[in-house]
Amino acid sequence: MIRIVKTKEKSARQQLLLRLGAFVLALCAGGLFLLLLGNNPFAVYATILSGAFRSKMAVQATVKIMIPLIIAALGVTLSFKMKFWNIGGEGQLIMGGVFASYFALFHADLPAFLLFPLMFLAGLIGGGIWALIPAFFKVRFGTNETLFTLMLNYIALYIVAWLQEGPWRDPAANGFPKIASFEKSAVLPKVFGVQVGWIIALVLVVLVFIYLRYTKQGYEISVVGESRPTATYAGMNVQRIILRTMFLSGAIAGIAGMVQATGSDRTLTVGIAGGVGFTAIIVAWLARLNPMSSLVIAFLFAVLEKGSSVIQSEFGLSTDCADVLQGIILFFVLGCEFFVRYKFVRDHKQTAEGGTK
Amino acid sequence: MDLFIKFLVAAVAASIPLLFGTVGEILCEKVGHLNLGVEGMMSIGACAGFMVGMQTDSFVLALLAAFAAGVVAALIYAVLTVTFLADQNVSGLTLTIFGIGLANFVGIYMLGHTENGTLKLPEGITAQMREIHIAGLSDIPVAGDLLFSYSPFVYLGIVLAVCAGLFFKKTKLGLNVQAIGHNPAAADAAGINVTRWKYLMILIGGGICGIGGAYCAMIINSGVWISNNVGGLGWIAVALVIFAKWNPWIAIGGSFVFGALRVLKYYMPPSIIKLPTAFYDMLPFLITAIILILSSISKKRDLNIPGSLGVNYFREER
Repeated sequence: MIRIVKTKEKSARQQLLLRLGAFVLALCAGGLFLLLLGNNPFAVYATILSGAFRSKMAVQATVKIMIPLIIAALGVTLSFKMKFWNIGGEGQLIMGGVFASYFALFHADLPAFLLFPLMFLAGLIGGGIWALIPAFFKVRFGTNETLFTLMLNYIALYIVAWLQEGPWRDPAANGFPKIASFEKSAVLPKVFGVQVGWIIALVLVVLVFIYLRYTKQGYEISVVGESRPTATYAGMNVQRIILRTMFLSGAIAGIAGMVQATGSDRTLTVGIAGGVGFTAIIVAWLARLNPMSSLVIAFLFAVLEKGSSVIQSEFGLSTDCADVLQGIILFFVLGCEFFVRYKFVRDHKQTAEGGTK
Repeated sequence: MDLFIKFLVAAVAASIPLLFGTVGEILCEKVGHLNLGVEGMMSIGACAGFMVGMQTDSFVLALLAAFAAGVVAALIYAVLTVTFLADQNVSGLTLTIFGIGLANFVGIYMLGHTENGTLKLPEGITAQMREIHIAGLSDIPVAGDLLFSYSPFVYLGIVLAVCAGLFFKKTKLGLNVQAIGHNPAAADAAGINVTRWKYLMILIGGGICGIGGAYCAMIINSGVWISNNVGGLGWIAVALVIFAKWNPWIAIGGSFVFGALRVLKYYMPPSIIKLPTAFYDMLPFLITAIILILSSISKKRDLNIPGSLGVNYFREER
């Protein structure tokens, strides 16, 4: 018989090795899959890497992919730390984009020092409100947040579909339902050839890191996440903490949407989120909800995604390859977490007392 | 009136992928595992069913392939959450992202290996899964249309849901399995093999979801492969489980309501209400959200909800 027993938690070094091992195994599994399709996995992996770095433009494109991903992952980090299963990053991102797009579309004539802060604030509030709705129903009635945030993703998506079909439709686009491109004055400026969003992202990484580690509010989030009864017993206002944290979580996702719409897409489309809200969850989880590690993982995922667009042209494999590989990596890492705290033991003979101590 | 009958018939057809997904997820949740990977399992089933159907021209083989693919996808989830005690939310979510990605990936790969640039099911299999026609019965006005005019998928789905309901309500085994979901430690102490039944129910549930996916790929787009063909139906199915109170019989009605919402936009005469199409597309999700709120507001505690839902069972910590 094989049984599971708890062991002493492994040291940080052992844990890191374990995760790296899982990562390598995941790459092997992915390679096997590529091999089955008749491709040389080494060639594919090499192309992914070189595809992301082969030129200045490629690196810029990789960073551009990373921007919304890391910002959204920071949003997820806040709520997941509180064990609030906010899988509505996608919808919060979209609503941030919608709110910001309002100013980009209709108030592009404002001076830049007014317009950009307004767009930023609008994105923040749009995403925040979209996260506050499920948080309110959670604390008030205990409504299942996982499913509610998920439904809000689709509702947000169809709000954009409606906007581009009707009220915000570009009359110049000959019957094709789309929203007009933003005026140049409403597009975020570039720094080193990439939209300014990357600076916003880096600042947010530091801010969230400090917020979680060194502030009272950040501490409250961890306590509520560990145990709500403990938090209540310690005199914390759990409901307020949940509402506040969820607003922040959504607001950060909203910033990702604002940055994506006004910096990269330069218009609002139904593809604004494009699964980033979901991938962000993988990123945050792989980073063990640490903002600094999230930055590394988000960059890695951006490399995967950019590289996947190159293997499309070179090997005829679709960009969905990135999703597949990301999934495999997380499967292996999720599995390996087990060995941090448990191990399998084989007991040959059952002792009379009922096994080993 | 004729339009109304047509609407009902279309609603039944549109409800079927939801029914498969919901019944599959009920099996899984009954043993205490909230599997958010329904959308992914459906996608993988869709891909396997479609590709096998296209190659073999056999409806039965396509169904079996979809079921098997769903089982394999669910196996990933089961190994992670039952054996490795990984977080159920994250495991399921990853399965969804992975599954959708894999299905799209394989679809585009196959597209690259065809001559005419589209993937379409051959005539033979389309005939096998076409709406049945039983001479006499199907010709009865109204009732014939409402009862005897569907693709075999529809009858398969309803039979599965009825059987699942009978299993849970009328058999001793079914009660034992539900005990696992309510209190795995107690079930374990009573001599039920918790791990074995968890695996079995999660895998069968995944297989059923896979068949639901096959419906999406093979019927909804009239036999042409497109990316993202499950399109969020798996998520609605997860929510429908709550709506159905973990009861496969209620799931039949629940799926029908949501099927009706999905096809409403084609049948609502503009003379009555004229709404933007985006609003109709949003309706199933909006109503699911409203139902989630309403069911949480009603203070009556739902005894059907498996007590250990979402919590992994570690035997040594009984």
